[in-house]
Amino acid sequence: MTNNENQAIIALEHVVKRFPSGKTWFTALKDINLTLGRGEFAGLVGPSGSGKTTLLNLVGSLDSASEGRVDVLGMDVGKMNAKKSATLRKKHLGFIFQTYNLMPVYTVYENVEFPLLLLKEKAGKRRKAVMEALEWLGIESKAKSKPARLSGGECQRVAIARAMVKKPEIVLADEPTANLDAENSHHILQTMEQLNRELGTTFLFATHDEKVIKYLKRKIRLFDGKVAADEIIQS
Amino acid sequence: MIQFLIKGLLRDRQRSLLPLLVVTIGVMLTVFMHAWVTGVMGDSVEFNARFETGHVKVTTRAYAENAGQIPIDLSLEGAGEMLNILHSKYPDMAWVERTRFGGLIDVPDESGETISQGPVTGLAIELLNENSGEKERMNLTNALVRGHFPDEPGEILISNHLFEKLGISLGREVTLITTSMYGSMVFHNFRISGTLSFGMGSLDKGTLIMDLEDARHVLDMEDATAEILGFFGPGYFEPEKAEAMCRVFNEKYSDPKDEFSPLMQNMRSYPQIANLLDMAGLMAFIITAAFIMVMSIVLWNTGLISGLRRYGEMGVRLAIGESKGHVYRSLISESVAIGLAGSVAGTLAGMLCAYILQEKGLHFDVNMDTAAVMMPSTFRAHITPITYWVGFIPGLISTVLGTMLSGIGIFKRKTAELFKELE
Ligand SMILES: Nc1ncnc2c1ncn2[C@@H]1O[C@H](COP(=O)(O)OP(=O)(O)OP(=O)(O)O)[C@@H](O)[C@H]1O
Ligand SMILES: [Mg+2]
Repeated sequence: MTNNENQAIIALEHVVKRFPSGKTWFTALKDINLTLGRGEFAGLVGPSGSGKTTLLNLVGSLDSASEGRVDVLGMDVGKMNAKKSATLRKKHLGFIFQTYNLMPVYTVYENVEFPLLLLKEKAGKRRKAVMEALEWLGIESKAKSKPARLSGGECQRVAIARAMVKKPEIVLADEPTANLDAENSHHILQTMEQLNRELGTTFLFATHDEKVIKYLKRKIRLFDGKVAADEIIQS
Repeated sequence: MIQFLIKGLLRDRQRSLLPLLVVTIGVMLTVFMHAWVTGVMGDSVEFNARFETGHVKVTTRAYAENAGQIPIDLSLEGAGEMLNILHSKYPDMAWVERTRFGGLIDVPDESGETISQGPVTGLAIELLNENSGEKERMNLTNALVRGHFPDEPGEILISNHLFEKLGISLGREVTLITTSMYGSMVFHNFRISGTLSFGMGSLDKGTLIMDLEDARHVLDMEDATAEILGFFGPGYFEPEKAEAMCRVFNEKYSDPKDEFSPLMQNMRSYPQIANLLDMAGLMAFIITAAFIMVMSIVLWNTGLISGLRRYGEMGVRLAIGESKGHVYRSLISESVAIGLAGSVAGTLAGMLCAYILQEKGLHFDVNMDTAAVMMPSTFRAHITPITYWVGFIPGLISTVLGTMLSGIGIFKRKTAELFKELE
């Protein structure tokens, strides 16, 4: 345990999330209390519908809690306006989506470059960072390809490169290996582990893939919208 | 960043080429439709101007009051001087003299006994004066059925229908019986050089067309004319201009106390024509408005759909940290660019089609014997100042409004929900 891990980077207090469902409400998250320290490599695990994606969306300020408080980097996400939360995402968060969500009209290079354009990085710095990210993930030869011409594993790696290129403090990864074979999954997880180690990036996964779970250093088990178990794996 | 967005716009055909095409076609149709409807309506009005009213008409006050009776005894004297005034004051307009009169055509045998007879409406125009433009104005060349136009004084044209009724042959001498300007009975022989058919009941029954100088001689109208007609250069009635012209002219030359003083009237001065003008304007407006509305709905939907289609992409951009305002503005800018480009292209294309139809016209060979109003048989498009901007209503405004409306979804929805649209 490093000292860093004791410092909360994500904190949820009595978080409830309800969705309208017909005339009533459906409660997807029920009184969640959770703290993540800087540099953790943690995962939300649990069956389908247990609330993993919902929780990631709250942390990523893509959605807001019905009750309770979500703090990210010491800031109350619920009190932020749209502009502030966009800035938080732009500067500090990296998302990896289950469905890749690459922009089809842009090349691999341009997709990965996009977060840096938003940060108004200089062209030279952008090029260096993009090439570095592509090399990390072993897809530099695909830089000029469009996503449609890539395999699922390659797309997933582009999505990871895009999330990582700005070296965010937190990476939120929703089923990052769902469409990958075992070999690709391991390669990607090893890369993430390395980034976690070298840059101190905090990872929060949502997954029910055993291949991912093997790598986690902390397993937060969700069941029916509640934290059913929270175990730290000693390596 | 802007480069990045433009790259995306150009590469995604569904986002650029397709909407551009839809906008261009929609705008083209709207522009063309407007010019066409305006032209057709204008032609109906124009037809009356050419045969009857002119765009403006100068007569004596008394003649104007009793116009229905075609009272040549109330003709305008000093016609030459009046024409000089009109030509110098309004050099852009075409001015022609015309005189109408009623009469009887009599076909005698060698001993002078009547073989056949028929009533005629005489129309004396500047037929032998090639510069008058009357042949073209009244479309006489196309109306000529037999024979040729008068080459010399003493020759006349009559309507083919009457010609057949009289049972005579071309070149035959006939006698015109009418009254002179001073009220005396007049008998004069003319040779029939040709016959006319306009395809219009009212004109085809018993029209006689002769040269104005012949009429002057026969009707004892030296330096007098019943009517002086003025036509605007471009060939379409311009109500405001005509109204102003009449006001200025009448103030200067017309004397309410002198019934033989000249009076200038425009098309609007005749109640039926004013009605026709109003109706034509209303029809053009209704048809154009209906068309704009339909095209607007189509283009609105195009804007809406191309916006909705991209919720997923918007979601990604928001998740990566682009602000909602920035995403929204980029969406609107794109639709402005497409709407503008499409409107310009569509307006150009529509105006080109309209221009061709304005110059060439579309000819309908229909017999309008039974038509109540005078209707032309050739329809032309007419490009007006409105033609230049009318396409921008559906092309730019609707497209952008559609996009704005669909884009509001970005603000109303949680970013997480935008992804749901993608899945
Ligand atoms: N926008 C929404 N509206 C209504 N219900 C929702 C919405 N989003 C999620 N839910 C519901 O909340 C529950 C939790 O959904 P969530 O997507 O978080 O599950 P998950 O754990 O990520 O499942 P999976 O492993 O299948 O991805 C589900 O029952 C789902 O139907
Ligand atoms: Mg999920």
